[in-house]
Amino acid sequence: MSAISHHIPDHLIRAHAAGQLPHHFAVVVAAHLSMCDACRAQAEAEEMVGGALLDRLAPAALQDGARDRLLAALDSAPPPPPAPRRSGIFPAPVMQALDGQPPRWRMLGGGIRQQVLSADEDGSLRLLYIPPGRAVPEHGHNGLELTLVLQGAFSDSEGRFGVGDVELAEDDLDHQPVACPGAPCICLAATDAPLRFTAFLPRLLQPLFRI
Amino acid sequence: MTTPDGFTEPTQWLIAVRDRRDRAAFARLFDHFGPRLKAMLLRGGLRDGSAEDVVQDVMLAVWHKAAQFDPHRAEASAWIYRIARNRQIDLVRRRPAVVLEELEEPPGNEPDAPQILALAQEARHLRAALDRLAPEQVQAIQKAYMEDMPHSEISRTTGLPLGTIKSRIRLGLERLRHELKDLKPE
Ligand SMILES: [Zn+2]
Ligand SMILES: [Zn+2]
Repeated sequence: MSAISHHIPDHLIRAHAAGQLPHHFAVVVAAHLSMCDACRAQAEAEEMVGGALLDRLAPAALQDGARDRLLAALDSAPPPPPAPRRSGIFPAPVMQALDGQPPRWRMLGGGIRQQVLSADEDGSLRLLYIPPGRAVPEHGHNGLELTLVLQGAFSDSEGRFGVGDVELAEDDLDHQPVACPGAPCICLAATDAPLRFTAFLPRLLQPLFRI
Repeated sequence: MTTPDGFTEPTQWLIAVRDRRDRAAFARLFDHFGPRLKAMLLRGGLRDGSAEDVVQDVMLAVWHKAAQFDPHRAEASAWIYRIARNRQIDLVRRRPAVVLEELEEPPGNEPDAPQILALAQEARHLRAALDRLAPEQVQAIQKAYMEDMPHSEISRTTGLPLGTIKSRIRLGLERLRHELKDLKPE
């Protein structure tokens, strides 16, 4: 997929490789890494750093018999469950977040649908479905928002985002993403803080939809 | 630690496990990585007893997942680091780590010796770059990769200003990146 033009910035790839990204962002980054050769290579380069560091750690002595215990377990230990797999437009990390099930959409009004995949004090992760020509209500951000396009495309003041593209929105950006003509736009969005809606009605609905 | 074909010894052991289910090679992998994995897990905050159990878990996963190891893309240490780090996340966050989609090799793909050699060479450059760093830089990078702590935590535990730590990590990694930039496949 060479058409991807908006990538994950290096510092987030590094944080992901080092296991430092909060869960919601980790899903979006992992989903992009499943769609983008360039970022995947960068992430694997980062893991080489992790491996090189592991190699040079001072060894900590293991308990007596640890090796025999392990070798004895090779035949009896159950193999790990199979890794999640891609399904249709949803890369494996999204299927993992969906527990292997297709999305169960909830209407948000104006033809827009969403499924909250997880929400807690660290923020939220959701799938959004936006019919062509429809807009997400204009909003600002209290923290970081990462949005990955899985189908169709949207555009806003920052440009056009197609399949595989990621938009990174921080405190200083107010935007109103509009789905482009063609297939409905389906995207995966993670935030670490509630959005700030400009208009009164979405503000009123905010607690209801955990946006 | 490098064999004539460019693989490190651990990478060669892992390939023997992958291709021949070679138990002697697996025992050597354990002797090399077991104590290092335990050190990593202890740094990540596990107690001694649970670190022992997690070392067993990680090495069992290495045994079961060896078929996925691809020396065109990783050395044994990087691949095992990823498995261990995901296990660490499972435990710290109490929810399964997000795993990357497995990349499927097209059928009939032959090993590409020049690419494997180029990767091994880049990895040697990376280790040489680590050797050239100041001890504090290595320490800061190790904290970032081993302890699963946000940057603000690094600053608190070492008593150094956050800005210094961040620039240390960045400077250190920028130098590493310089060595690593040719790693990207075409
Ligand atoms: Zn990318
Ligand atoms: Zn936004």
